[in-house]
Formats: sequence, C-alpha cells, structure tokens
Amino acid sequence: MRGPVPIGELVSICGPERVITEHAALRTYESDGLLQYAVVPAAAVLPDSADEVAAVVAACHRTGVPWVARGSGTGLSGGSLPVEGGVVISLSRMRRILEVDLDNQRILVEPGVTNAQISAAVGPTHFYPPDPSSQVICSIGGNVAENSGGVHCFKYGFTTNWVVGCEVVLPDGSTTVLGGAFGELDRPGYDLLGAFVGSEGTLGVATKIWLRVTPAPEATRTVVAYFNTPEEAGQVVSDIVSAGVVPGAMEIMDKLAIAATEAATHAGNPLDAGALLIVELDGSESECDARFDEVVRFCEANGATGVRIAASEDERALIWKARKAAFAAMGRISPNFYVQDGVIPRTRLPQALRRIEDLGVEYGLRVANVFHAGDGNLHPLVLFDAAVAGEAERAEELAGRIVEVCVDEGGSLTGEHGIGVDKKRYMPKMFSEADLATFQRLRCAFDPEGMANPGKVMPTPRLCGEVPGPYRQHPLEAAGLIDRL
Amino acid sequence: MKSEEPASYEEAAELLRGAAADGRPVRFRGGGTKLGWGRPIPEPDLELCTGALDRVLEHNAGDFTAVLQAGVPLAVAQAAFASAGQMLALDPPLSPWGGAGDDTALDAADAGATIGGIVATADSGPLRHKYGGVRDLVVGVTVVLSDGTIARAGGKVIKNVAGYDLGKLFAGAFGTLGLIAEVTVRLHPRPARTATVVARSSDPAQLAAAAAALAHAPLEADSLDLWWDAFPVEDFQTETGVGLRPGPASGSGAVLARFASADPFPRAEEATALLRRIGDADMPVEIDDDDQACWDAQRTAQRSDVVVKVSALPAALPASMAAAQALGGTLVARAGLGLAWIQLPVCASTGGGGAGRADAPAQAGRTDARGEPGALDAAVVAEAVEELRRRLAPAPCVLLDAPAEVRARLDPWGGETGPVTLMRKVKERFDPAGVCAPGLFVGGI
Repeated sequence: MRGPVPIGELVSICGPERVITEHAALRTYESDGLLQYAVVPAAAVLPDSADEVAAVVAACHRTGVPWVARGSGTGLSGGSLPVEGGVVISLSRMRRILEVDLDNQRILVEPGVTNAQISAAVGPTHFYPPDPSSQVICSIGGNVAENSGGVHCFKYGFTTNWVVGCEVVLPDGSTTVLGGAFGELDRPGYDLLGAFVGSEGTLGVATKIWLRVTPAPEATRTVVAYFNTPEEAGQVVSDIVSAGVVPGAMEIMDKLAIAATEAATHAGNPLDAGALLIVELDGSESECDARFDEVVRFCEANGATGVRIAASEDERALIWKARKAAFAAMGRISPNFYVQDGVIPRTRLPQALRRIEDLGVEYGLRVANVFHAGDGNLHPLVLFDAAVAGEAERAEELAGRIVEVCVDEGGSLTGEHGIGVDKKRYMPKMFSEADLATFQRLRCAFDPEGMANPGKVMPTPRLCGEVPGPYRQHPLEAAGLIDRL
Repeated sequence: MKSEEPASYEEAAELLRGAAADGRPVRFRGGGTKLGWGRPIPEPDLELCTGALDRVLEHNAGDFTAVLQAGVPLAVAQAAFASAGQMLALDPPLSPWGGAGDDTALDAADAGATIGGIVATADSGPLRHKYGGVRDLVVGVTVVLSDGTIARAGGKVIKNVAGYDLGKLFAGAFGTLGLIAEVTVRLHPRPARTATVVARSSDPAQLAAAAAALAHAPLEADSLDLWWDAFPVEDFQTETGVGLRPGPASGSGAVLARFASADPFPRAEEATALLRRIGDADMPVEIDDDDQACWDAQRTAQRSDVVVKVSALPAALPASMAAAQALGGTLVARAGLGLAWIQLPVCASTGGGGAGRADAPAQAGRTDARGEPGALDAAVVAEAVEELRRRLAPAPCVLLDAPAEVRARLDPWGGETGPVTLMRKVKERFDPAGVCAPGLFVGGI
C-alpha cells in the first residue's frame, strides 16, 4: 500500500526550507556517483537531527512511502538512487563531530561527517584507516551503508571492522542502538551492527556512529616498481605476503592505466612499463626499515625494470597522486568509462587478467586495470565512446562479463562499491535462491513493508510473509495421547 | 535427550526440519567446552553434534583463506595452517595453541573447542588486540536453518560486500538462529618470532597507565593484556608441608605486550623504554622471549568456576581492577579493547583463597598456588556478580562460567541490554519454529 508523500507533515518536521519538492531542485538528487541511472524523487528532506530523521521515517512508514537515505552521493553502484514517488533523506546537514575520546580511541559522529574529517579530528596522533578514494567528500554514513574500503584495508580492515556502535532509525520510525551503546565492544545479543554495516541502506538509517581509531604510524616507506607485466607485479605481492610482511597498501596499475594517469598527473612513471606496483609499508620506524629492503629485493627478484623509492613526503605524494587520480584520468584517453569493482582470490590474478583481456578483444573495447593487489580487489575500467551507437551498451555488457569472471574464479561481485541497483541482476551468479531467501529473512525482520531503499541489492522484488506463530502444543500431546520424544 | 551426529549438511537439515515439525528443542554441540554458557534451559530433546563435520575443506595457502566444517577442532586446523607458516588469528581458551609439527593437539577427541563452537559463541583470546575477533576473521558462512534451508553468505575472499553479512549475525548467536555448518576464514602469517614485554606492579593505577601508554604508542603489538590478582598467595614451609598465606601486597598484576615479526626486539625495547619512563623502581620491566606460557596463562584465566566478562572502554580498566580487588577476584583484560574477564572466588571466605591463577608462569613473578576450595555459597557468589554489575554499570557484565546454582539465581546476560525487540524479530524469521536452543540467549530468546 503506497500512498502520496505527506508533504505537509514533512514540512512540519523539517520546516519549508528543508523540504524540496520542485522538480528542478530535486534533480540534484536524481543520481549518485553512477550517472547511468537517474530517478527524480517526489521529495527530498534535509533533516538536522536524529529526531527529525525519525519523524520523517515514521511519516513515511505511516503513509506507505518508500525512502532512500543519502550521504554525499559518491556511491558507485546506484545505492542511493531515489525511488520513484519516494522521499530522499539527505544527511548532509548532520555533520557534527559529537565527541572525540582519544583516551579510549573512539570518536562519535553524525552520518554526514566526511571520511577525511574523521582522521583530521583525531590526528595527528591517531587516524581512521578505511580511506575510500572519495574520502574528501564521501560521508561516514555512506561508508557504513556500503562497508567502504580503500587502499589501506588489506592491513587495517574495512569500515565494518572500525564501527563499534550506531544509533539507527529503523524503517518503522523507532530509534535503537546497534552494537556498543557508549563505544564498548561485545554488547550481549545478536551482532545486528555487523549485519547493518554494508546493508546498503535497506535496514535503516544511522544517525550517530561510534568509531574506533588507531595510533598513526610512526613511519611510512613508499616504493614504486615497474614490470613488464601485471603478472610479475602480482607475484611480488604474493611473495611479500607469504614472507609475512603486511604493507599498509599494495596497488597495481597496468600499461593503459599508467598512460592515462601520466597524461593527467605527470608523475614521471615510464609509459613503456607493462605494470607498476606501489608498496607502502607503515608502522614503527624499526619495523619499516627492517622490512623495506626485503620488499625491494622481492621486486628485483621478479624482474623489476626499475624501482623508485620515495625520498621525501613530496615524492610519496606524487606516487599516490597518480594512483588516486586513476579513475578520473581515464577521461584523458577515452570519452567515457565505466568503473568495475570485482574481487578474485589473489592467486587467480594471472588467469583473471588473461580472461579480461580476451573479453576486451571480443567486445572490441579497451580495458584499463587498477587494483588493490593485497586483497585481490580489481577495478577494471571499461573505456567507450557513448557517441558511437551501441558502444555504451557493449561496455556495460563487457563490465558484466568481467564481474562474472571474478565470481567464476572464486571471488565476489563487489569488494567495496556495493550491489546497489547496478549489480543486483548478477546476484544469482554468486548466490543460490536459498541464499537470497535467507538474506530476505534479515530484511523482513528490520523492514517487513520494504520501505527502506527498496529495489536495491536483491535481484527481484520480494515480499515478507507473516511470521509463522510460535510452537504450540499439539492437541494430541495436550490430551496426553502422544509424547514429545 | 537424543544425540545425532549428521555427516552432511543435508542430513543436519533433515534432522532439524524433523525437530521443527514436532516442536522439539535442539541444541548444537561442538567440543562441548562452553555448554554451560547462557541462560539455564531445560535439557533439549535433541543434540546435534558436529563431530562428523570435521573436515578442513580447503586451505588456500596462497590466498590466506581456509574453509572449515564446523566440527573441526581449532587446534587441528591450526596445526594444518602452521605447517604452511600461517595461523587463524583466534586463540580462545580451551583450544591448545601448538606450533608447526606439534602434534599434541591433533587427537580430535582432546583437541578442545571446535571452530563452530568458537564462532557461535564469538569467543576470543589475546590475539584479538591486533587481528580482531571472530566477526572480523570469518569471511563466509554456511548455515542450516530449522526449516531445513541450507544457505551461504559471504564468500571465499577477504574483501567482499555482496549480500548481507550473515556471518556476523550468526557469530555469537549461540546457535539460536540455526546451525553454523561451515565457515570460511581469513588467515595470517604465523610470526617467525615473538617477544613479550612484561611490566609488574602492585599499583593498579600504574598498571593502567602503562597499558594506556602502550595502547597509544604506534608499536603495533600483537597482543596487549593486563592481569590483576586481588589476593596473591605465596606458599611457605610448615612443619608438615607447604602452606598458603596471603602475599606481601594486597593485589598485584602485570601488563603484557607481545610483539611479533622476523625481529620483534627493537619494538620490544622501545616499549620497555616507554614503560621505564612512566614507571619507576616499583614497576620492573623485562622482555620475555620464551613467552608462550605467559600468554597461555592469559587465555586460561578466561575460564574458571565463576567468570564474568566485562565489556567496557579501555579507560574503565582501573574500575574493573578495583572491582576485582574488592570482590577478591582475579582479572585478565584486553587492555587496548576494554574487555575484561573477572574470576570470582567460589567460596564465601574473603582473602587468602580466591581464584588465584594456578597456571601463572613463574617468570611472570607470581606465586604458583591456589586457595583451598571452600563450600559453594550460591547466594554469595550471585550477590558478588550483581555487585560487580553495580560497580561497573553501564558496562555489560555477562556471567560466562558458573555453577548451575549460581546461574539459576540471576540472568547471566545481565538483563535485556540492547534492541531485544528487534532481536526477537530476527529470531522469528530465522527460526520460526523456535526450536534452536530456545531460552538460552539474551532476553530469553
């Protein structure tokens, strides 16, 4: 039962200036970072407090109106794509840092605070490790919804490993706390926080977030090495990991990615290299020094054609500038591009790259590769020209085939960008009907009416049945005619 | 109670479905090391044992992952990983921690806790400081629900955000949502060498300050623990043998920080220098490079006759130590995380007896003795648990180990902490028949 948006009630909650209903203004919210999809919502609200969020969600619940929470709109899977006739709840006004507790290495923030602001608030002694490349803009609420990663997560873990508690408005408009109520670990009960983080806005909306932070590393050592092939670079990564070295970051770019980033950043990487590998060690001074020579030796032993060690913070920044610009730099070599996000077991890298290359040939499209090498997270970039008839569709199909290769090699549809609307059709490639139906049980416990971000994650719309009644004694048992064995 | 040992997930599904159809309560059993935990419930009709689901299905050494059936004893899996220079960074108590080629743990019958039971109870040990807990190391899970559904969530790669993370939901659910049949875990390199910095003191404030300094230093310790004994005892020679008497100090303890790598000593020395700067002659600091025994002691002290687990913030450590002191108990804590396990004495006497750590290694500098056991006074013990809760509120204090008489007098979970209404809805969706360990969990779920 879906009703009209209760505009009057939303206005009474947030005030007229924070309820947007004009079509032109609403177009601000029609897409997230994945521009292929656009839906103009019926209304957008900009609540200023958790109470306002709860009141808005309660109004939607009462009137049967679907809603989508939105942070900074940088997501890459259409996770915060609006629902037609629904409400967008923008958390961008809720950007207060509520408590910095360095004694306990905790910080309490509102969902609209950006990822980079968190590290800034606890620095320079501490930092918040998950660092998606959009970290200057993306919000922590969005990071929680998507379980965001970044280049440092092989060593430090993902958003889910750093969130210790959330105040959450549930789809019925009630407010609860999942996980630690004051930042503590191991609160008794189901780990609903663990289920909530990464649920892509389908279980509720976080209004306050407790995070752990960690001491900033004393030292950082960065090296970039060049190879003839990505496979050689991949072998270095395997050697490093097998030797028990855990770098803060390990990133590989292939020849096409190097060409694009050189055009954009002039970082000084050789255009004839088949691949480059960035390895960054961080930690204590003594440990970094001890392991750094080992890393350089592994590069040389695997045929590195050149090794560049960052001698200063400026040189380090230049190395990272090229890598962090990789997605945007594709614009230098192609009118359009599509960012894919898949995961493979790291040892399958040679096979996966060969299959991706073959697919590129089959579709007549170029594919640049950038990856978080430690955890096998590939970001193939499919280059195309939308002005050429049919090429955008071919690119999308190719990107889909690539992610199927990842699943086929024992990996995943997505490592950090999420399923959203973009990949929900591939979910049956990775999960059986029984798996999907089991996911839906969780959804139904939180949101039986399906009002929170409907149409995401699950490949097909699903309804929640009534909960079967609890066990009741059988009449024959009651009559003493049978026994429970 | 009937006991079954299914040899396949399908067989487990069939048994569960049958039990659900008849409304017969079921519990799951691995190594049987934590059967007493949770609220006391009547003996169920059916016990599903995971003993026949005991295969290490995959050890992908190059990818640092493994797929384990629920009934695999952790120690058995660790021995397999160790032979490849790897480990699952989980070291809860009652699971022997052996090295490569150490086959003492290989006899499954005495191998202690299974991976299924450890995941179901989210148990952990000192390695949690650096590597996280069960929730952080399980990357995929296969579960069997009471309606016979066999479902998988997560995957076999360490980075994956496809679908809901049901592994975290089932971790620590105590089997009340269904059977964990199989888990995929992330592995880590097994450190070549370890060294532990030990700082001893009889001043709780000094120990807390030492722990805080180490937690804030960028030294990347593998483990950072603390222990405190309210009534250290020492033995003395009597005419007829060895007797026990209270030690010279009222309470003593230590902070332990373990460093691991090819060469852990530079960091251990930095940590030592740091501690010497904040301490004085009252806090001797030394480096122990044969440190397995002192960490085994930390693990072992998480289990006893009466153990309460405290979930607090790190800054509350002094309060936890003070509570342990006042109640005559013994404490071990993950100092950087704020988690503490307090052993309470089972006898009503105060002083001298207590829960002293019989397992404490000599090099940690503590007496190796235990008080004479007194008669259990359940009312006194239950009151001590409640007193602990009052002192440490709002930190949740969960009673883990306790005799049935104590358990019957209070809610081991400490009441309905957290969103119990929502938890009930989750339970109803996953186990609509309500047959998976009903009543055992928080809020009587």
